[in-house]
Amino acid sequence: MQMPTPNQNVLSRKAQIVERLQGVLRDGAVIHSESEVRAYECDALTAYKCPPLCAVLPTSTEEVAAVLKVCHEMGVPVVPRGSGTSLAGGALPTADCVILGVARLNSVLETNYDDRYIRVQSGRTNLSVTGAVEAMDFFYAPDPSSQLACAIAGNVAMNSGGAHCLKYGVTTNNLMGVKMVLMDGTITEIGGAHLDAAGLDLLGLICGSEGQLGVVTEATLRILRKPEGARPVLMAFNDNEVAGACVADIIKAGVLPVAIEFMDRLCIETTENYAKAGYPDCEALLIVEVEGAPEEIDEQLALIKDIALKHDPVELREAQDEEEAARIWLGRKSAFGAIGQISDYMCLDGTIPVSSLPMVLRRIGELSDEFGLKVGNVFHAGDGNMHPLICYDANKPGDLELCEAMGAEILKLCVDAGGCLTGEHGVGIEKRDLMTHQYAQQDLDIQMAVKDVFDPEWLLNPAKVFPLDSSASRRIAAE
Amino acid sequence: MTVTTEQELAEAVKGATGPLHICGGGTRDIGNPVVGDVLSTAGLNGISLYEPGALTIVAQAGTPVADIEAALEAENQRLAFEPMDHRTLLGTTGKPTIGGIVATNASGPRRISVGACRDHLLGVRFVDGAGTTIKNGGRVMKNVTGYDLVKLMAGSYGTLGVLSEVSLKVLPRAETQATLCIFGLDETTAADAMSAALGSPYEVSGAAWDVDRTMHLRLEGFENSVNYRVGKLADLIKSYGEVQIVDDPTASERIWVAIRNVDALAGKDVVVRMSIQPSALSEMHFATRNMFVPYENGPTFDIMTDWGGGLVWIGADANQLVDCAKVVDGEPSAELGGQVLVEYLQSQCAFSGGHATLIKGPGALRNAVPVFQPENPTVNMLSKGLRNKFDPRGIMNAGLMG
Repeated sequence: MQMPTPNQNVLSRKAQIVERLQGVLRDGAVIHSESEVRAYECDALTAYKCPPLCAVLPTSTEEVAAVLKVCHEMGVPVVPRGSGTSLAGGALPTADCVILGVARLNSVLETNYDDRYIRVQSGRTNLSVTGAVEAMDFFYAPDPSSQLACAIAGNVAMNSGGAHCLKYGVTTNNLMGVKMVLMDGTITEIGGAHLDAAGLDLLGLICGSEGQLGVVTEATLRILRKPEGARPVLMAFNDNEVAGACVADIIKAGVLPVAIEFMDRLCIETTENYAKAGYPDCEALLIVEVEGAPEEIDEQLALIKDIALKHDPVELREAQDEEEAARIWLGRKSAFGAIGQISDYMCLDGTIPVSSLPMVLRRIGELSDEFGLKVGNVFHAGDGNMHPLICYDANKPGDLELCEAMGAEILKLCVDAGGCLTGEHGVGIEKRDLMTHQYAQQDLDIQMAVKDVFDPEWLLNPAKVFPLDSSASRRIAAE
Repeated sequence: MTVTTEQELAEAVKGATGPLHICGGGTRDIGNPVVGDVLSTAGLNGISLYEPGALTIVAQAGTPVADIEAALEAENQRLAFEPMDHRTLLGTTGKPTIGGIVATNASGPRRISVGACRDHLLGVRFVDGAGTTIKNGGRVMKNVTGYDLVKLMAGSYGTLGVLSEVSLKVLPRAETQATLCIFGLDETTAADAMSAALGSPYEVSGAAWDVDRTMHLRLEGFENSVNYRVGKLADLIKSYGEVQIVDDPTASERIWVAIRNVDALAGKDVVVRMSIQPSALSEMHFATRNMFVPYENGPTFDIMTDWGGGLVWIGADANQLVDCAKVVDGEPSAELGGQVLVEYLQSQCAFSGGHATLIKGPGALRNAVPVFQPENPTVNMLSKGLRNKFDPRGIMNAGLMG
């Protein structure tokens, strides 16, 4: 993965930059020794590493503004960082950058159950947002797999999704307002506790902009009352395509499950060995979950089971109690960990129209044979968001490159099937150079023009999202 | 000018020598008046793709909403965000287009449970002010590839570009619906009752308080489920007043079509739409009423709310506007009253959060006041910056949004 050459003019001024930053922050908030900055050398895309110039940990919006003002004046690139769980390299540093971590901004500022929102500082973790309102039977809906660790800041930057977004939507559908700081240090608020934008929908633009337009320090999030109950049903099929057809039929039938998850044989077997969830021996497995009162769940599941029966399932298992429900979910939730036990892997994130599911799965199988790398498929089938896990050996020379090449082929396949490169992880550096497969030059130009408005000097997370040659003239002009 | 292909559209914009007034079906005459050659998208007509099993529909921007709704109904699906039809309120005629819905982000009562138009918009193709054809998003439900210009285009009223094609998420139609009503509630009690209902697990898909002080709550879904939730919800809200249940789905639907289209204010000369924090409703109503009360006998406008109190519609006729004008110096007139009302509501929103938009009013009034809520300086700078990039010549519905 190519990254821009670090700016010597920044590297040579490290001492002055650190001193200026120390001047606007509390003691200990600027991390600059060679050994300590290593903690920030990568995010969850661990294949790529680069220690930053230094890292700062501000404790307020005003401190964030002060940091950005200093960096703006001194022409230093800034890479914002939430909890560092990005799978796309969204928080990967460059040697000449300041990592701006929001981890210390983690307070709940306001909860309002009448108007159903919570206002938090952006370093707060996703799960602890729900934790703050759980006692009142409310929850925050977007639930990325990393929710125990990932920060709201990163969720907003990447417009994160989760297993339950078929019903509840992704971050952008649950974000009502932000306080953010522009690269020049200007603090502004966009949106708030009301439901729609006054003028242009800048909030919609900021959500998913991968930390390239501003640093979000506070977020107003929609909270929802918990449903009375939820119950999953497990369906096993002997053919991927049949499972795919079953998904489409369920959706067409007018039921809207809260989640439809898919696992293929490799994932089923691997998780079975690892987590012992008691999954049947089959080619494809669906977990469908519905919500409501017990009688409502019965009614919906009866309909769903009727549909499934038409597709000749190997097994149909409805959770009879909490324990069985937890077991049904256990394998799915430990799938990534289980694959990680047997191999290094790269997790892709392409989305396809649900109707192309059988064709895409077949083609992924063919690619797996061509490249000689195993692929496990575990994903959110209801919305077509695939997560092929390509297994490789990090210690075998050339295997990572082979895995990347195969990943690129799969993502192109997703685009060609009418889908996109990334459904919920973001572009970061990982899919940056594939952007031209999905977008024409003019489509990328107008997006880069948006960055020109928010960050004319291209100092915020500059080497991400756009192919380096597309953004080169803008980044170089800034130096 | 009417174009029939995206390419013709791009050429028309590229070749434009002066400002353009972009419209679809012409049923949503909203905004500061625009001067320019009319460029209509009504000729860009047709559903390009509809996959019920993937819950997606793609259509050219000029496709009549009625055609889309008919196609969806045949598959027992719908546009779940329940787009408002502005014709009754604004007294316009013509065929609303899907592009017009997207350009105005028109969203109805179900916005509180499923989101707005912008939340269902998956992809756009548009021609920017330089005549360049651009695509963003796509036709899948989860897509974070690059910046989300899809949301930016929704509700941009043609000021950033002309939409040529839109792709939308659709949802299954509910099997049935029922409405719970409590008559004669004041705004504070209604706001409390709606909050209680929306904070319950019963999936309320509409919560409105009408001009006649009736509160309505809607439940939708499979029949047994609706019956179950009607019982639970009625029990939950009975402390606020006597609960009447409209369990005939056709009658229930009629109530919500009228609320969606703001039929109750169709006779008013000036109508303002406010988006606020629901619990600010009573405070705002109180402050607004108090401002005008000392000068006449009570509020000089009609008010209704949707979205559990988060969406407030205020309407005034000529007499009511004259009353509004009495709070300032000068000859009280309907014209002056319109200005007083709009500016007052916008200042209230600036104070307590949210925004107020003049949806209906004579051209003179729309020229005299900011139709859209004035923005804070930073947001205004960013919006202007974006407009300059998308429309460097400043010819796309110039000035419509202020």
